[in-house]
Amino acid sequence: MINILFIEHDGTKHHVEVKTGGSVMQAAVSNGVPGIDADCGGACSCATCHVYVSEEWRNKVGTMEPTEEAMLGLSTDRKDNSRLSCQISVTDELDGLVLTTPEFQF
Amino acid sequence: MSEAVEHQDSKQSKWSMVGKDPYAMPIEDIDLAHPGIWQANEFLPFLQRLRQEDPVHYCKESAVGPYWSVMKYKDIMEVDTSPDIYSSEPTIGIVDSFEQFTLPSFISMDPPKHDEQRTVVQGVVAPANLKNLEGLIRQRVSKIMDELPLGEEFDWVKQVSIELTTQMLATLFDFPFEDRYKLTHWSDVATAIPGGGVIDNQEQRWQAMQECLAYFTRLWNERINKEPGNDLISMLAHGEATKNMPPMEYLGNIILLIVGGNDTTRNSITGGVIALNENPDEYDKLRHDHGLIRNMVSEIIRWQTPLAYMRRTARVDTVLRGKQIKAGDKVIMWYASGNRDEEVIDRPNDFWIDRPNARHHLSFGFGLHRCMGNRLAEMQLRIVWEEIMQRFHKVEVVGEPERIYSSFVKGYSSLPVVLHPLK
Ligand code: HEM
Ligand code: FES
Repeated sequence: MINILFIEHDGTKHHVEVKTGGSVMQAAVSNGVPGIDADCGGACSCATCHVYVSEEWRNKVGTMEPTEEAMLGLSTDRKDNSRLSCQISVTDELDGLVLTTPEFQF
Repeated sequence: MSEAVEHQDSKQSKWSMVGKDPYAMPIEDIDLAHPGIWQANEFLPFLQRLRQEDPVHYCKESAVGPYWSVMKYKDIMEVDTSPDIYSSEPTIGIVDSFEQFTLPSFISMDPPKHDEQRTVVQGVVAPANLKNLEGLIRQRVSKIMDELPLGEEFDWVKQVSIELTTQMLATLFDFPFEDRYKLTHWSDVATAIPGGGVIDNQEQRWQAMQECLAYFTRLWNERINKEPGNDLISMLAHGEATKNMPPMEYLGNIILLIVGGNDTTRNSITGGVIALNENPDEYDKLRHDHGLIRNMVSEIIRWQTPLAYMRRTARVDTVLRGKQIKAGDKVIMWYASGNRDEEVIDRPNDFWIDRPNARHHLSFGFGLHRCMGNRLAEMQLRIVWEEIMQRFHKVEVVGEPERIYSSFVKGYSSLPVVLHPLK
Protein backbone atom coordinates (compact mmCIF):
# COMPACT_ATOMS: atom_id res chain seq x y z
CA MET A 1 0.00 0.00 0.00
CA ILE A 2 1.08 3.57 -0.72
CA ASN A 3 0.79 6.33 1.88
CA ILE A 4 -0.21 9.83 0.82
CA LEU A 5 -0.61 12.84 3.10
CA PHE A 6 -2.99 15.63 2.09
CA ILE A 7 -2.73 18.85 4.09
CA GLU A 8 -5.56 21.36 3.84
CA HIS A 9 -4.78 25.09 3.56
CA ASP A 10 -5.56 25.47 7.28
CA GLY A 11 -3.17 22.67 8.23
CA THR A 12 -5.68 19.83 8.74
CA LYS A 13 -4.01 16.55 7.81
CA HIS A 14 -5.49 13.55 6.03
CA HIS A 15 -3.48 10.34 5.73
CA VAL A 16 -4.67 7.92 3.10
CA GLU A 17 -3.46 4.49 2.10
CA VAL A 18 -4.13 3.31 -1.44
CA LYS A 19 -3.10 0.68 -3.96
CA THR A 20 -1.00 1.65 -6.94
CA GLY A 21 -2.69 2.10 -10.30
CA GLY A 22 -5.18 4.90 -9.78
CA SER A 23 -4.62 8.65 -9.72
CA VAL A 24 -3.86 10.82 -6.73
CA MET A 25 -7.22 12.53 -7.31
CA GLN A 26 -8.99 9.16 -6.97
CA ALA A 27 -7.01 8.44 -3.81
CA ALA A 28 -8.35 11.66 -2.31
CA VAL A 29 -11.94 11.36 -3.48
CA SER A 30 -12.38 7.70 -2.54
CA ASN A 31 -11.06 8.44 0.94
CA GLY A 32 -13.23 11.49 1.50
CA VAL A 33 -10.39 14.04 1.56
CA PRO A 34 -12.13 17.42 1.44
CA GLY A 35 -11.13 20.20 -0.95
CA ILE A 36 -10.89 18.19 -4.15
CA ASP A 37 -14.00 18.45 -6.30
CA ALA A 38 -12.81 16.68 -9.45
CA ASP A 39 -15.85 17.82 -11.41
CA CYS A 40 -14.70 16.24 -14.68
CA GLY A 41 -13.92 12.90 -13.10
CA GLY A 42 -10.25 12.89 -14.04
CA ALA A 43 -10.35 14.06 -17.66
CA CYS A 44 -7.94 16.95 -17.11
CA SER A 45 -10.62 19.40 -18.14
CA CYS A 46 -11.96 21.17 -15.03
CA ALA A 47 -8.92 22.02 -12.86
CA THR A 48 -10.91 21.37 -9.66
CA CYS A 49 -8.45 18.74 -8.45
CA HIS A 50 -5.65 21.28 -8.04
CA VAL A 51 -2.94 20.46 -5.46
CA TYR A 52 0.46 21.81 -4.44
CA VAL A 53 3.28 19.25 -4.41
CA SER A 54 5.72 19.57 -1.54
CA GLU A 55 9.24 20.50 -2.56
CA GLU A 56 10.95 17.14 -2.02
CA TRP A 57 8.40 15.33 -4.20
CA ARG A 58 8.30 17.69 -7.15
CA ASN A 59 10.65 15.77 -9.40
CA LYS A 60 9.07 12.43 -8.57
CA VAL A 61 5.49 13.12 -9.63
CA GLY A 62 6.28 13.19 -13.35
CA THR A 63 5.98 15.96 -15.90
CA MET A 64 2.96 17.78 -17.19
CA GLU A 65 1.30 17.23 -20.55
CA PRO A 66 0.40 20.41 -22.47
CA THR A 67 -3.30 20.03 -21.58
CA GLU A 68 -2.62 20.05 -17.86
CA GLU A 69 -0.33 23.04 -18.29
CA ALA A 70 -3.07 24.88 -20.19
CA MET A 71 -5.80 24.09 -17.64
CA LEU A 72 -3.59 25.16 -14.75
CA GLY A 73 -2.76 28.35 -16.64
CA LEU A 74 -6.36 29.44 -16.07
CA SER A 75 -6.19 28.92 -12.34
CA THR A 76 -6.17 32.06 -10.19
CA ASP A 77 -3.92 30.62 -7.53
CA ARG A 78 -1.42 28.71 -9.56
CA LYS A 79 2.06 28.31 -8.10
CA ASP A 80 5.28 26.72 -9.36
CA ASN A 81 4.43 23.49 -7.57
CA SER A 82 0.82 23.30 -8.81
CA ARG A 83 -0.45 20.09 -10.35
CA LEU A 84 -3.79 18.57 -11.26
CA SER A 85 -3.99 15.53 -9.05
CA CYS A 86 -5.92 13.48 -11.61
CA GLN A 87 -2.81 13.59 -13.78
CA ILE A 88 -0.49 12.06 -11.18
CA SER A 89 -0.59 8.26 -11.05
CA VAL A 90 -0.03 6.47 -7.80
CA THR A 91 3.17 4.44 -8.17
CA ASP A 92 5.48 2.68 -5.74
CA GLU A 93 7.89 5.63 -5.94
CA LEU A 94 5.25 7.91 -4.44
CA ASP A 95 5.00 6.18 -1.07
CA GLY A 96 5.06 9.01 1.49
CA LEU A 97 3.93 11.74 -0.96
CA VAL A 98 2.92 15.03 0.70
CA LEU A 99 0.48 17.45 -0.97
CA THR A 100 -1.34 20.60 0.07
CA THR A 101 -4.84 21.46 -1.16
CA PRO A 102 -5.70 25.07 -2.04
CA GLU A 103 -8.31 27.01 -0.07
CA PHE A 104 -10.56 27.09 -3.13
CA GLN A 105 -10.92 25.04 -6.27
CA PHE A 106 -11.79 27.20 -9.28
CA MET B 1 -23.14 34.09 -26.15
CA SER B 2 -23.63 37.51 -27.67
CA GLU B 3 -23.61 35.86 -31.04
CA ALA B 4 -26.37 33.40 -30.42
CA VAL B 5 -28.40 34.94 -33.15
CA GLU B 6 -30.44 31.92 -33.98
CA HIS B 7 -33.22 31.90 -36.45
CA GLN B 8 -34.45 34.50 -38.83
CA ASP B 9 -37.70 32.73 -39.58
CA SER B 10 -40.98 32.93 -37.75
CA LYS B 11 -42.40 30.52 -35.16
CA GLN B 12 -44.77 28.94 -37.66
CA SER B 13 -42.01 28.19 -40.12
CA LYS B 14 -41.76 24.95 -42.07
CA TRP B 15 -38.76 24.02 -39.94
CA SER B 16 -40.68 23.70 -36.67
CA MET B 17 -40.95 20.16 -35.22
CA VAL B 18 -43.61 21.06 -32.66
CA GLY B 19 -46.31 18.41 -32.31
CA LYS B 20 -44.34 15.83 -34.32
CA ASP B 21 -43.40 12.37 -33.12
CA PRO B 22 -39.60 12.04 -33.30
CA TYR B 23 -39.92 8.28 -33.80
CA ALA B 24 -42.30 8.64 -36.73
CA MET B 25 -40.03 10.68 -38.99
CA PRO B 26 -36.93 9.74 -40.98
CA ILE B 27 -34.07 10.23 -38.53
CA GLU B 28 -32.16 12.48 -40.92
CA ASP B 29 -35.01 14.98 -40.80
CA ILE B 30 -34.59 15.68 -37.09
CA ASP B 31 -33.51 19.29 -36.57
CA LEU B 32 -32.77 20.28 -32.96
CA ALA B 33 -31.72 23.80 -33.83
CA HIS B 34 -35.20 25.13 -34.45
CA PRO B 35 -36.46 26.77 -31.22
CA GLY B 36 -40.00 25.39 -31.53
CA ILE B 37 -39.63 22.13 -29.59
CA TRP B 38 -37.57 23.87 -26.92
CA GLN B 39 -40.23 26.47 -26.25
CA ALA B 40 -42.97 23.81 -26.34
CA ASN B 41 -40.97 21.62 -23.93
CA GLU B 42 -41.09 18.72 -26.40
CA PHE B 43 -37.35 18.30 -26.93
CA LEU B 44 -36.55 15.34 -24.65
CA PRO B 45 -37.82 12.51 -26.89
CA PHE B 46 -35.96 14.03 -29.85
CA LEU B 47 -32.73 14.03 -27.84
CA GLN B 48 -33.35 10.49 -26.70
CA ARG B 49 -33.91 9.07 -30.17
CA LEU B 50 -30.73 10.65 -31.51
CA ARG B 51 -28.73 9.53 -28.47
CA GLN B 52 -29.86 5.96 -29.01
CA GLU B 53 -29.91 5.67 -32.77
CA ASP B 54 -27.60 8.28 -34.24
CA PRO B 55 -25.47 9.89 -31.51
CA VAL B 56 -23.36 11.89 -33.96
CA HIS B 57 -26.09 13.15 -36.25
CA TYR B 58 -25.88 15.19 -39.41
CA CYS B 59 -28.71 17.56 -40.17
CA LYS B 60 -28.12 18.55 -43.74
CA GLU B 61 -30.89 21.07 -44.13
CA SER B 62 -32.19 23.54 -41.60
CA ALA B 63 -32.99 27.22 -41.28
CA VAL B 64 -29.41 27.70 -40.15
CA GLY B 65 -27.78 25.41 -42.68
CA PRO B 66 -26.15 22.03 -42.15
CA TYR B 67 -24.66 21.04 -38.78
CA TRP B 68 -23.58 18.05 -36.71
CA SER B 69 -25.25 17.18 -33.39
CA VAL B 70 -23.15 15.47 -30.71
CA MET B 71 -25.47 13.76 -28.24
CA LYS B 72 -23.47 11.51 -25.88
CA TYR B 73 -21.74 12.68 -22.71
CA LYS B 74 -18.39 11.13 -23.65
CA ASP B 75 -18.37 12.48 -27.19
CA ILE B 76 -19.25 15.96 -25.93
CA MET B 77 -16.35 15.70 -23.52
CA GLU B 78 -14.05 14.74 -26.38
CA VAL B 79 -15.12 17.68 -28.55
CA ASP B 80 -15.00 20.13 -25.64
CA THR B 81 -11.45 19.12 -24.71
CA SER B 82 -9.97 19.11 -28.22
CA PRO B 83 -9.59 22.79 -29.13
CA ASP B 84 -6.94 21.82 -31.70
CA ILE B 85 -9.59 20.01 -33.69
CA TYR B 86 -12.75 21.87 -32.72
CA SER B 87 -12.42 25.65 -32.68
CA SER B 88 -14.54 28.16 -30.74
CA GLU B 89 -14.05 30.64 -33.58
CA PRO B 90 -15.81 32.33 -35.26
CA THR B 91 -18.71 31.92 -32.81
CA ILE B 92 -20.29 29.55 -30.29
CA GLY B 93 -23.84 30.20 -31.51
CA ILE B 94 -25.23 28.07 -34.31
CA VAL B 95 -25.61 30.98 -36.74
CA ASP B 96 -22.59 32.56 -38.34
CA SER B 97 -23.06 36.16 -37.37
CA PHE B 98 -23.14 38.85 -39.99
CA GLU B 99 -19.82 40.59 -40.30
CA GLN B 100 -21.02 44.01 -39.15
CA PHE B 101 -22.83 42.61 -36.11
CA THR B 102 -19.99 40.54 -34.74
CA LEU B 103 -18.94 41.18 -31.16
CA PRO B 104 -15.62 39.58 -30.37
CA SER B 105 -15.13 38.12 -26.90
CA PHE B 106 -12.95 35.44 -25.41
CA ILE B 107 -15.69 32.81 -25.38
CA SER B 108 -15.31 32.74 -29.16
CA MET B 109 -11.52 32.87 -29.27
CA ASP B 110 -9.00 30.07 -29.29
CA PRO B 111 -5.73 30.00 -27.36
CA PRO B 112 -3.54 31.90 -26.86
CA LYS B 113 -5.73 35.03 -27.10
CA HIS B 114 -8.55 33.37 -25.19
CA ASP B 115 -6.28 32.50 -22.26
CA GLU B 116 -4.75 35.99 -22.09
CA GLN B 117 -8.10 37.73 -21.92
CA ARG B 118 -9.78 35.28 -19.59
CA THR B 119 -6.91 35.47 -17.12
CA VAL B 120 -7.39 39.21 -16.79
CA VAL B 121 -11.03 39.17 -15.79
CA GLN B 122 -11.53 35.85 -14.01
CA GLY B 123 -10.19 37.07 -10.67
CA VAL B 124 -13.42 38.96 -10.08
CA VAL B 125 -15.44 35.73 -10.02
CA ALA B 126 -12.81 33.57 -8.33
CA PRO B 127 -13.84 32.09 -4.97
CA ALA B 128 -11.49 34.34 -2.98
CA ASN B 129 -13.33 37.41 -4.26
CA LEU B 130 -16.73 35.75 -3.96
CA LYS B 131 -16.16 35.17 -0.29
CA ASN B 132 -16.08 38.96 0.12
CA LEU B 133 -19.28 39.36 -1.87
CA GLU B 134 -21.30 36.70 -0.07
CA GLY B 135 -22.54 38.95 2.72
CA LEU B 136 -23.75 41.66 0.35
CA ILE B 137 -25.42 39.13 -1.91
CA ARG B 138 -27.20 37.50 1.04
CA GLN B 139 -28.37 40.89 2.24
CA ARG B 140 -29.83 41.68 -1.17
CA VAL B 141 -31.47 38.27 -1.49
CA SER B 142 -33.02 38.63 1.98
CA LYS B 143 -34.45 42.01 1.13
CA ILE B 144 -36.08 40.72 -2.03
CA MET B 145 -37.52 37.70 -0.19
CA ASP B 146 -38.86 39.80 2.68
CA GLU B 147 -40.83 41.99 0.32
CA LEU B 148 -42.60 39.19 -1.53
CA PRO B 149 -46.37 38.83 -1.09
CA LEU B 150 -47.62 35.81 0.88
CA GLY B 151 -50.62 33.74 -0.18
CA GLU B 152 -51.24 35.53 -3.45
CA GLU B 153 -50.18 34.80 -7.01
CA PHE B 154 -47.20 36.60 -8.55
CA ASP B 155 -44.59 36.02 -11.27
CA TRP B 156 -41.50 34.37 -9.79
CA VAL B 157 -39.40 35.11 -12.89
CA LYS B 158 -39.99 38.83 -12.77
CA GLN B 159 -39.99 39.41 -9.04
CA VAL B 160 -37.31 37.01 -7.92
CA SER B 161 -35.17 35.47 -10.66
CA ILE B 162 -34.68 38.58 -12.78
CA GLU B 163 -34.49 40.99 -9.87
CA LEU B 164 -31.88 38.95 -8.11
CA THR B 165 -29.58 38.29 -11.05
CA THR B 166 -29.82 41.91 -12.13
CA GLN B 167 -28.75 43.12 -8.69
CA MET B 168 -25.89 40.65 -8.73
CA LEU B 169 -24.61 41.93 -12.06
CA ALA B 170 -24.86 45.52 -10.91
CA THR B 171 -22.71 44.51 -7.94
CA LEU B 172 -20.05 42.85 -10.10
CA PHE B 173 -19.76 45.82 -12.47
CA ASP B 174 -20.29 48.38 -9.74
CA PHE B 175 -22.99 49.61 -12.11
CA PRO B 176 -25.23 52.53 -11.09
CA PHE B 177 -27.90 50.71 -9.09
CA GLU B 178 -30.86 52.79 -10.25
CA ASP B 179 -30.03 51.96 -13.89
CA ARG B 180 -29.62 48.24 -13.30
CA TYR B 181 -32.59 47.19 -15.47
CA LYS B 182 -30.63 48.35 -18.48
CA LEU B 183 -28.36 45.35 -17.89
CA THR B 184 -31.26 42.94 -18.17
CA HIS B 185 -32.52 44.71 -21.25
CA TRP B 186 -29.18 44.51 -23.04
CA SER B 187 -28.79 40.87 -22.13
CA ASP B 188 -32.24 40.07 -23.51
CA VAL B 189 -31.60 41.96 -26.71
CA ALA B 190 -28.18 40.38 -27.22
CA THR B 191 -29.59 36.85 -27.26
CA ALA B 192 -33.01 37.53 -28.76
CA ILE B 193 -34.07 36.06 -32.06
CA PRO B 194 -35.48 38.66 -34.44
CA GLY B 195 -39.22 38.07 -34.62
CA GLY B 196 -39.31 36.21 -31.30
CA GLY B 197 -40.86 39.12 -29.38
CA VAL B 198 -37.94 41.14 -28.01
CA ILE B 199 -36.63 42.62 -31.25
CA ASP B 200 -37.90 42.71 -34.83
CA ASN B 201 -34.63 42.92 -36.70
CA GLN B 202 -30.84 43.07 -36.48
CA GLU B 203 -30.79 46.86 -36.70
CA GLN B 204 -32.69 47.08 -33.42
CA ARG B 205 -30.16 44.83 -31.81
CA TRP B 206 -27.36 46.94 -33.13
CA GLN B 207 -28.95 50.11 -31.77
CA ALA B 208 -29.26 48.66 -28.28
CA MET B 209 -25.66 47.45 -28.39
CA GLN B 210 -24.47 50.92 -29.35
CA GLU B 211 -26.34 52.32 -26.37
CA CYS B 212 -24.74 49.71 -24.15
CA LEU B 213 -21.28 50.52 -25.51
CA ALA B 214 -21.78 54.25 -24.90
CA TYR B 215 -22.84 53.61 -21.30
CA PHE B 216 -19.94 51.30 -20.54
CA THR B 217 -17.46 53.61 -22.27
CA ARG B 218 -18.51 56.30 -19.83
CA LEU B 219 -17.93 53.94 -16.90
CA TRP B 220 -14.57 52.89 -18.38
CA ASN B 221 -13.46 56.51 -18.64
CA GLU B 222 -14.48 57.13 -15.04
CA ARG B 223 -12.60 54.10 -13.73
CA ILE B 224 -9.44 54.45 -15.81
CA ASN B 225 -8.81 57.72 -14.03
CA LYS B 226 -9.18 56.13 -10.62
CA GLU B 227 -7.11 53.61 -8.70
CA PRO B 228 -7.69 49.99 -9.88
CA GLY B 229 -10.76 48.56 -8.13
CA ASN B 230 -12.27 45.09 -7.73
CA ASP B 231 -15.14 45.58 -10.13
CA LEU B 232 -15.01 44.11 -13.60
CA ILE B 233 -14.83 47.36 -15.53
CA SER B 234 -11.95 48.62 -13.50
CA MET B 235 -10.17 45.31 -14.00
CA LEU B 236 -10.64 45.53 -17.76
CA ALA B 237 -9.61 49.19 -17.89
CA HIS B 238 -6.42 48.58 -15.93
CA GLY B 239 -5.54 45.03 -17.06
CA GLU B 240 -2.37 44.68 -19.13
CA ALA B 241 -4.00 42.44 -21.75
CA THR B 242 -7.25 44.39 -21.97
CA LYS B 243 -6.51 48.07 -21.52
CA ASN B 244 -5.92 48.71 -25.21
CA MET B 245 -8.88 46.67 -26.33
CA PRO B 246 -10.74 47.98 -29.38
CA PRO B 247 -14.25 49.24 -28.47
CA MET B 248 -16.06 46.35 -30.13
CA GLU B 249 -13.97 43.86 -28.20
CA TYR B 250 -14.69 45.68 -24.95
CA LEU B 251 -18.38 45.58 -25.79
CA GLY B 252 -18.11 41.89 -26.66
CA ASN B 253 -16.58 41.07 -23.30
CA ILE B 254 -19.11 43.18 -21.41
CA ILE B 255 -22.00 41.50 -23.19
CA LEU B 256 -20.40 38.10 -22.53
CA LEU B 257 -20.33 38.79 -18.81
CA ILE B 258 -23.83 40.25 -18.75
CA VAL B 259 -25.33 37.39 -20.70
CA GLY B 260 -23.20 34.74 -19.01
CA GLY B 261 -24.22 35.94 -15.58
CA ASN B 262 -27.80 36.73 -16.36
CA ASP B 263 -30.02 34.27 -18.25
CA THR B 264 -28.23 31.21 -16.97
CA THR B 265 -28.53 31.96 -13.28
CA ARG B 266 -31.99 33.44 -13.70
CA ASN B 267 -33.27 30.30 -15.36
CA SER B 268 -31.64 28.05 -12.77
CA ILE B 269 -33.41 29.97 -10.00
CA THR B 270 -36.73 29.41 -11.76
CA GLY B 271 -35.89 25.84 -12.82
CA GLY B 272 -35.25 24.80 -9.22
CA VAL B 273 -38.75 25.85 -8.19
CA ILE B 274 -40.27 23.89 -11.06
CA ALA B 275 -38.16 20.79 -10.37
CA LEU B 276 -39.11 20.73 -6.67
CA ASN B 277 -42.79 21.18 -7.46
CA GLU B 278 -42.67 18.29 -9.91
CA ASN B 279 -40.90 16.15 -7.28
CA PRO B 280 -42.66 16.66 -3.94
CA ASP B 281 -40.66 13.88 -2.26
CA GLU B 282 -37.46 15.72 -3.03
CA TYR B 283 -38.98 18.92 -1.66
CA ASP B 284 -39.73 16.99 1.55
CA LYS B 285 -36.16 15.75 1.75
CA LEU B 286 -34.98 19.33 1.46
CA ARG B 287 -37.34 20.51 4.23
CA HIS B 288 -35.87 17.89 6.52
CA ASP B 289 -32.26 18.62 5.70
CA HIS B 290 -31.14 22.03 4.50
CA GLY B 291 -27.64 20.61 4.38
CA LEU B 292 -28.61 19.12 1.02
CA ILE B 293 -28.72 22.56 -0.60
CA ARG B 294 -25.15 22.48 -1.94
CA ASN B 295 -25.67 19.18 -3.67
CA MET B 296 -29.11 20.20 -4.88
CA VAL B 297 -27.67 23.28 -6.55
CA SER B 298 -25.51 21.09 -8.81
CA GLU B 299 -28.49 18.87 -9.52
CA ILE B 300 -30.64 21.89 -10.43
CA ILE B 301 -27.96 23.08 -12.83
CA ARG B 302 -27.76 19.65 -14.47
CA TRP B 303 -31.52 19.21 -14.62
CA GLN B 304 -32.11 22.66 -16.07
CA THR B 305 -29.04 22.80 -18.35
CA PRO B 306 -29.44 26.57 -18.82
CA LEU B 307 -27.47 26.57 -22.07
CA ALA B 308 -28.66 23.73 -24.28
CA TYR B 309 -25.53 23.66 -26.42
CA MET B 310 -22.24 25.20 -27.40
CA ARG B 311 -20.99 25.17 -30.95
CA ARG B 312 -17.56 24.37 -32.29
CA THR B 313 -16.26 24.49 -35.83
CA ALA B 314 -14.01 21.73 -37.16
CA ARG B 315 -10.56 23.06 -38.06
CA VAL B 316 -9.54 19.92 -39.90
CA ASP B 317 -11.15 16.79 -41.32
CA THR B 318 -11.76 14.45 -38.42
CA VAL B 319 -13.70 11.39 -37.32
CA LEU B 320 -16.06 11.20 -34.37
CA ARG B 321 -17.77 7.89 -33.54
CA GLY B 322 -17.09 6.76 -37.08
CA LYS B 323 -18.62 9.83 -38.72
CA GLN B 324 -16.52 11.87 -41.15
CA ILE B 325 -16.55 15.51 -40.12
CA LYS B 326 -15.08 17.97 -42.62
CA ALA B 327 -13.01 21.04 -41.90
CA GLY B 328 -15.38 24.00 -41.59
CA ASP B 329 -18.39 21.93 -40.45
CA LYS B 330 -20.45 23.21 -37.53
CA VAL B 331 -20.44 20.82 -34.58
CA ILE B 332 -23.06 21.31 -31.86
CA MET B 333 -22.44 19.78 -28.42
CA TRP B 334 -25.90 19.26 -26.97
CA TYR B 335 -25.26 19.54 -23.24
CA ALA B 336 -29.01 19.15 -22.75
CA SER B 337 -28.64 15.64 -24.17
CA GLY B 338 -25.33 14.69 -22.53
CA ASN B 339 -26.81 15.58 -19.16
CA ARG B 340 -29.53 12.97 -19.76
CA ASP B 341 -27.16 10.27 -21.03
CA GLU B 342 -28.04 7.06 -19.16
CA GLU B 343 -24.62 5.62 -19.94
CA VAL B 344 -22.93 8.12 -17.61
CA ILE B 345 -25.69 9.48 -15.40
CA ASP B 346 -27.76 7.23 -13.21
CA ARG B 347 -31.56 7.70 -13.63
CA PRO B 348 -30.86 10.80 -15.73
CA ASN B 349 -34.43 12.00 -16.02
CA ASP B 350 -34.95 12.00 -12.27
CA PHE B 351 -34.42 15.15 -10.23
CA TRP B 352 -32.59 13.78 -7.25
CA ILE B 353 -31.28 16.35 -4.77
CA ASP B 354 -28.92 13.98 -2.97
CA ARG B 355 -27.62 12.44 -6.19
CA PRO B 356 -24.12 11.03 -5.65
CA ASN B 357 -21.57 12.78 -7.83
CA ALA B 358 -23.98 15.59 -8.71
CA ARG B 359 -21.15 17.90 -9.75
CA HIS B 360 -20.35 15.56 -12.63
CA HIS B 361 -22.54 17.30 -15.24
CA LEU B 362 -21.96 19.11 -18.51
CA SER B 363 -23.88 22.34 -17.90
CA PHE B 364 -20.72 24.42 -17.44
CA GLY B 365 -18.83 22.75 -20.26
CA PHE B 366 -15.33 21.36 -19.78
CA GLY B 367 -11.87 22.31 -20.97
CA LEU B 368 -10.39 25.75 -21.51
CA HIS B 369 -13.76 27.43 -21.96
CA ARG B 370 -15.34 25.87 -18.88
CA CYS B 371 -17.72 28.42 -17.39
CA MET B 372 -15.78 31.18 -15.74
CA GLY B 373 -18.75 32.11 -13.53
CA ASN B 374 -19.54 28.62 -12.27
CA ARG B 375 -18.64 29.31 -8.65
CA LEU B 376 -20.57 32.56 -8.67
CA ALA B 377 -23.62 30.84 -10.09
CA GLU B 378 -23.43 28.09 -7.48
CA MET B 379 -23.02 30.59 -4.68
CA GLN B 380 -26.01 32.63 -5.80
CA LEU B 381 -28.22 29.57 -6.03
CA ARG B 382 -27.07 28.29 -2.68
CA ILE B 383 -27.86 31.61 -0.99
CA VAL B 384 -31.24 31.83 -2.72
CA TRP B 385 -32.26 28.39 -1.49
CA GLU B 386 -30.89 28.94 2.01
CA GLU B 387 -32.97 32.10 2.27
CA ILE B 388 -36.07 30.51 0.73
CA MET B 389 -35.95 27.62 3.21
CA GLN B 390 -35.61 30.06 6.13
CA ARG B 391 -38.90 31.67 5.20
CA PHE B 392 -41.22 29.54 3.15
CA HIS B 393 -42.78 26.15 3.59
CA LYS B 394 -43.45 26.02 -0.13
CA VAL B 395 -43.02 28.06 -3.26
CA GLU B 396 -46.04 26.61 -5.00
CA VAL B 397 -46.26 26.63 -8.79
CA VAL B 398 -49.88 27.46 -9.66
CA GLY B 399 -49.78 27.53 -13.46
CA GLU B 400 -47.74 26.58 -16.50
CA PRO B 401 -44.40 28.30 -16.98
CA GLU B 402 -43.89 30.20 -20.22
CA ARG B 403 -40.74 29.05 -21.94
CA ILE B 404 -38.27 31.02 -24.02
CA TYR B 405 -38.22 30.72 -27.82
CA SER B 406 -34.65 29.55 -28.19
CA SER B 407 -32.71 26.34 -28.72
CA PHE B 408 -29.72 27.91 -26.96
CA VAL B 409 -30.94 29.68 -23.80
CA LYS B 410 -33.09 27.13 -22.04
CA GLY B 411 -35.35 29.03 -19.72
CA TYR B 412 -38.56 30.73 -18.71
CA SER B 413 -40.20 34.09 -19.25
CA SER B 414 -42.81 33.64 -16.51
CA LEU B 415 -43.84 31.31 -13.69
CA PRO B 416 -46.93 31.95 -11.56
CA VAL B 417 -46.40 30.99 -7.93
CA VAL B 418 -47.95 31.39 -4.48
CA LEU B 419 -45.79 31.53 -1.35
CA HIS B 420 -46.70 29.61 1.78
CA PRO B 421 -44.87 30.75 4.91
CA LEU B 422 -43.30 28.30 7.36
CA LYS B 423 -45.94 26.83 9.63
C1 HEM C 1 -25.91 28.14 -13.95
C2 HEM C 1 -25.33 29.16 -14.50
C3 HEM C 1 -24.38 29.09 -15.68
C4 HEM C 1 -24.27 28.16 -16.68
C5 HEM C 1 -25.09 26.89 -16.86
C6 HEM C 1 -23.20 28.58 -17.55
C7 HEM C 1 -22.78 27.87 -18.68
C8 HEM C 1 -21.62 28.14 -19.38
C9 HEM C 1 -21.04 27.30 -20.39
C10 HEM C 1 -21.63 26.00 -20.89
C11 HEM C 1 -19.89 27.86 -20.82
C12 HEM C 1 -18.90 27.25 -21.79
C13 HEM C 1 -18.72 27.95 -23.06
C14 HEM C 1 -17.97 27.12 -24.08
O1 HEM C 1 -17.51 26.01 -23.81
O2 HEM C 1 -17.87 27.58 -25.22
C15 HEM C 1 -19.77 29.10 -20.10
C16 HEM C 1 -18.75 30.00 -20.28
C17 HEM C 1 -18.71 31.22 -19.64
N1 HEM C 1 -19.53 31.67 -18.63
FE1 HEM C 1 -21.03 30.67 -17.79
N2 HEM C 1 -22.69 29.75 -17.09
C18 HEM C 1 -23.37 30.10 -15.94
C19 HEM C 1 -23.15 31.20 -15.14
C20 HEM C 1 -22.24 32.19 -15.41
C21 HEM C 1 -22.06 33.37 -14.62
C22 HEM C 1 -22.81 33.72 -13.34
C23 HEM C 1 -21.11 34.11 -15.24
C24 HEM C 1 -20.66 35.46 -14.74
C25 HEM C 1 -19.52 35.94 -14.75
C26 HEM C 1 -20.66 33.36 -16.42
C27 HEM C 1 -19.67 33.75 -17.31
C28 HEM C 1 -19.13 32.94 -18.28
C29 HEM C 1 -18.01 33.32 -19.11
C30 HEM C 1 -17.27 34.63 -19.05
C31 HEM C 1 -17.74 32.25 -19.97
C32 HEM C 1 -16.66 32.14 -21.03
C33 HEM C 1 -15.53 31.31 -20.54
C34 HEM C 1 -14.48 31.04 -21.59
O3 HEM C 1 -14.75 31.07 -22.79
O4 HEM C 1 -13.34 30.81 -21.19
N3 HEM C 1 -21.37 32.20 -16.47
N4 HEM C 1 -20.82 29.25 -19.22
S1 FES D 1 -10.55 16.02 -12.09
FE1 FES D 1 -10.96 17.54 -13.57
S2 FES D 1 -8.97 18.23 -14.04
FE2 FES D 1 -8.59 16.70 -12.58
